[in-house]
Amino acid sequence: MKPQTLFEKVWDTHVVVEEPDRPAVLYVDLHLIHEVTSPQAFTGLRERGIGVRRPDKTVATMDHSTPTLPKSLAVIDDQAKAQLRMLEQNCEEFGIELFGIGTKYNGIVHVIGPERGFTQPGKTIVCGDSHTSTHGAFGALAFGIGTSEVEHVLATQCLLQRKAKTLEVRVDGQLMPGVTAKDIILALCAEVGTGGATGHVIEYTGSAIRGLDMEGRMTVCNMSIEAGARAGMIAPDEVTFDYLKGRDRVPKGADWDAAVERWRALKTDEHAEYDKRVVIDASKLEPMITYGTNPGMGMGISGTVPNLDSFSEPSQQAAFEKAMFYMDVEPGKPLLGKKVDVVFIGSCTNSRIGDLRMAASVLSGRKVAAGVRTLVVPGSHDIKAQAESEGLDRIFKDAGAEWREPGCSMCIAMNGDNLEPGQYAVSTSNRNFEGRQGKGGRTFLASPLTAAASAVTGEVTDPRRLLLS
Amino acid sequence: MAKFTTLTSHCVPLTADNVDTDQIIPARFLKVTEKHGLGDSLFSDWRYDEDGSPKRDFVLNQPESQGAQILIAGHNFGSGSSREHAPWALVSWGFRAIIATGFADIFKSNALKNGLLPVEVTPDVHKKLMQAVQLDRGTKITIDLPTQSVTGLGSLEATFPIDAFSKHCLLNGIDQLGYLLSFDDQITKYEQQRT
Repeated sequence: MKPQTLFEKVWDTHVVVEEPDRPAVLYVDLHLIHEVTSPQAFTGLRERGIGVRRPDKTVATMDHSTPTLPKSLAVIDDQAKAQLRMLEQNCEEFGIELFGIGTKYNGIVHVIGPERGFTQPGKTIVCGDSHTSTHGAFGALAFGIGTSEVEHVLATQCLLQRKAKTLEVRVDGQLMPGVTAKDIILALCAEVGTGGATGHVIEYTGSAIRGLDMEGRMTVCNMSIEAGARAGMIAPDEVTFDYLKGRDRVPKGADWDAAVERWRALKTDEHAEYDKRVVIDASKLEPMITYGTNPGMGMGISGTVPNLDSFSEPSQQAAFEKAMFYMDVEPGKPLLGKKVDVVFIGSCTNSRIGDLRMAASVLSGRKVAAGVRTLVVPGSHDIKAQAESEGLDRIFKDAGAEWREPGCSMCIAMNGDNLEPGQYAVSTSNRNFEGRQGKGGRTFLASPLTAAASAVTGEVTDPRRLLLS
Repeated sequence: MAKFTTLTSHCVPLTADNVDTDQIIPARFLKVTEKHGLGDSLFSDWRYDEDGSPKRDFVLNQPESQGAQILIAGHNFGSGSSREHAPWALVSWGFRAIIATGFADIFKSNALKNGLLPVEVTPDVHKKLMQAVQLDRGTKITIDLPTQSVTGLGSLEATFPIDAFSKHCLLNGIDQLGYLLSFDDQITKYEQQRT
């Protein structure tokens, strides 16, 4: 048999029908839904008079528009309230399990999926959210879909899909102290650009990827979409199985052993070919930061913002100038020392316990600089409880940071947490698009270490400076 | 879904590359529970002043743009979020086709399900179209789906790719869910085999 990549193996086992000149009918094992991209899909079902084919393979949460202030405080407005209520009604009517606002296991969709063990190797996982690529860290084929497709999956548990090409991103070498999974993925985005992996499913390989824990792997896969990729995947290994073992929704006993046996086969065969390949030397990376208005506009933190003549194409030059105008940073100058107004530690990229521990390691015994607003927003109630049991909440609060309820918060700015026009933020989230964190707000994307270090000094700061002192 | 065969229209030239879906429709407009009425929020942060009045220098607000059904955008249009609100907003404003040198995967898939045709052309053709339209905002371009061609500007004739299935659906106004539902038996069989 022809050697296969991990992606091809998962794809092949989920093809229900494949005909020439037609997209394949691909079966979906897990459908995650949330309040923002599902209402119109349920309306579509009702208009057709059909139901949800597999409510048992559908899981709902509330995260995008939920407030992160203590839950006694109100949802941002009546529109958001109506949207949340609609998800509740839809889940009740169609028998879908809902992790609603304020309940024990509520949290960001891409945090609770793995946390509860819904996410498993070899599964096909979709959600009306582009950061669904996160779940690929477990060797699942996971990708974001639009609302029409949410309706398709609700109705048929299938999607019409064309097979993507494959891109190997090989990351070898040892990360230096102060350099994290977030820096690997920001380096990839800077290397290939925001559309560089369009049409491809990325498989991350190499010793630096193997050396990451599951949370780091999720951070990497999460931002695959920021390079334009359809999905990102990492072959499961002992690290994956150790993470999953004993979680709520994974098989137990003999079934667990059988599952692990199956999962071990989920790796790219020797001599299998990828359509494209990118190589990154992890040992040469330093903490990364973005300077512009898409995640591909990034650089090593000790570097300088490019000049106009760094770009050859007129369209690239125009995009660069537009970004410089919006960000109001100086071409050719460093970002280090740039004053920041807000630090945001959270989002489906960096809100897990390991991320919070990293931030706490910098903030412990230190204070947030005067005038800097620092938000720490755990990805789920489970993480919040874990952090509190370790005393991380005290470290954050003693430092002068705000310790919030779980949710997407300032990553998406549709829930009451947002930047004011003109403000600068160092953010652990995934997008620095114009206005993403609030109309007129300006975002520097970075790791939890860099964000926490910048909170302490009040300016863009290399975390290694604080870690070493 | 509305059928798409041939479209002749003047165009809106939007020169930026990597226009992400947060620009097409910012997240604060995603609290709706219907698909309709998003046209007023299209490109909201580029289009309106602080006080909500239209910015005169933004291309969508110019008198020459009114009634246009074709948007000529830069490379990698629709990157970022999977929000289908982006094509909903574009269609609601009146667009039926977008010409660019490349589209983000999820946006393209969403557009095709809403009768909005993504027309991918070479950088050379793109440059010619963009220049001509910027020079004369009255320039009309014809997009013909059956022949997968873009014509206008005298001798210019370019082709664009589209997969056979999406083309068939657009030409006949076929809704993809209806097609997917026809595989019910095979899906049931697949489910039985897997358990």
